[in-house]
Amino acid sequence: MVDEKIKAEVRNLNFYYGSVKALKDINLNIAEKKVTALIGPSGCGKTTYLRCFNRMHDLYPNNRYEGEIILHPDALNIAGPDIDPIEVRMRISMVFQRPNPFPKSIYENVAYGPKVRGIRRRSELDERVEKSLRGAAIWEEAKDRLHDLAFNLSGGQQQRLCIARALATDPEILLFDEPTSALDPIATAKIEELILELKKEVTILIVTHNMQQAARVSDYTAFMYIGELIEFDKTEKVFTVPSHKLTEDYITGRFG
Amino acid sequence: MPEQSIDHIRRMIARHKLWDHIFAIVGILSLMVGILTLLALFTELAIEGAPRIGWKLFTSFPSRHPEKAGILSAWVGTTLIMLVTAASAVPLGVASAVYLEEYARKNWLTAIIEINVTNLAGVPSIVYGLLALGLFVYKLDFGQSILSAGLTLALLILPIVIVSAREAIRAVPGSIREAAYALGATKWQTVRDHVLPYSLGGILTGTIMGLSRAIGETAPVITIGALTFIAFLPQSPFSDVFPFVSFRWLMDPFTVMPIQMFNWTSRPEAAFQHNAAAAGVILLVMTLIMNGIAIYIRYRFRKRIKW
Repeated sequence: MVDEKIKAEVRNLNFYYGSVKALKDINLNIAEKKVTALIGPSGCGKTTYLRCFNRMHDLYPNNRYEGEIILHPDALNIAGPDIDPIEVRMRISMVFQRPNPFPKSIYENVAYGPKVRGIRRRSELDERVEKSLRGAAIWEEAKDRLHDLAFNLSGGQQQRLCIARALATDPEILLFDEPTSALDPIATAKIEELILELKKEVTILIVTHNMQQAARVSDYTAFMYIGELIEFDKTEKVFTVPSHKLTEDYITGRFG
Repeated sequence: MPEQSIDHIRRMIARHKLWDHIFAIVGILSLMVGILTLLALFTELAIEGAPRIGWKLFTSFPSRHPEKAGILSAWVGTTLIMLVTAASAVPLGVASAVYLEEYARKNWLTAIIEINVTNLAGVPSIVYGLLALGLFVYKLDFGQSILSAGLTLALLILPIVIVSAREAIRAVPGSIREAAYALGATKWQTVRDHVLPYSLGGILTGTIMGLSRAIGETAPVITIGALTFIAFLPQSPFSDVFPFVSFRWLMDPFTVMPIQMFNWTSRPEAAFQHNAAAAGVILLVMTLIMNGIAIYIRYRFRKRIKW
């Protein structure tokens, strides 16, 4: 990855749930405006790893980070104990495994992030909402029902709404935690298409249990196994000529 | 399959199903014991009180003449006390619940507090009356007033409000909280913009359930010195001078519905028993209406929120 601009550098990252070490000495570079996929069997730590990037672990007691996640361009260690997790979440947004819209209107869902950032002017909020809904490819479906409850949308639409909600905060990195695992194949295809569109603007990190998905959408793939990073390389290389036996066994379906 | 064994299986199923029928009958009978007794009591009360139920009952003060006596001072007293109770128990209860659920670290201290809050709900109401007599009536010098009574009942229902508010808050899924936090919200923003609005239905339901318990309480109100005979109303909450509202009614003496009933039932004249029954019907209806409102609120909020 010599020719890529680096958005984040992960250096010797360890993570502990209480006394349980969930991530072991991870080193990895995230390329700017590319899609990096994290794959691996259940319990391998890929979601734990993803949630380090916006410090979600800080919401629960007894969790501890060691090592560094250096965010560029300002070379800030966002895993550092002196950095406020809220500051990190202001820059890095997340889309969850199951669509989790607020029980509010479509408009209110998307406008919430900007509102938290102190934006109050109606015209500016309107503009941001439209831009984000367009960016998440749901504007056409939602524009006539902006003040409808978000729960009235289908599952796939709800997930795209959640992507719009994350986009409305102008994130530097967008985290996806198995964003299609609760969706049908058609809704999944739409989200994947959207991810390919979004990487023109934003750096993307995606956890997926679906190897075809990783192969389809990502530029880089990291294979994790029991808290360790086994292999990290260009996606086509990982899926065609993996350098580790474990990776090969996993992507050929021998375990997991 | 041989003929004999299928017969055998069918007979066995029939034998097992017999217990279904037996239990259904036992269940219905058990249910009837409760419901029919209550229905019988209510009917008897309604029949006995029927001749006295009417507009005049609400607009008359108590009197030595049973046919002229009414519940004006009692229902006004009950209403004002419920206002004070709600106005003090709701903010205290909700704030405590939010703190315990969202802010407090889970350690032995919060565990002890939690257990005690639950235990407080089981303290006999007369004990609250004694406590309030010492604290509100004498120490804080609120006297035998509407304010003292309202605060006493607020203490009484505080555990109910806290426990039900906590349950309502806990029912908001973690994924919704995470969504708010992931957007950069602080704890307070998450509580104010999401957790509280989404749990409001449950909180209101619990509050009304608490109030409908408070409305029937007699013992603590007697302890702090409710009058049994009172032929005037508290001062009006509205005044003709700026700022047009007055809180002097808070310090006025009072009576409440259950005490008015008790007063009438202890009279020897049979005519007063009709008054007591009429007041009883009205108190019951007030409670039923409050519970009805609670059910309606819960229904309305559940309809908007699905998870």
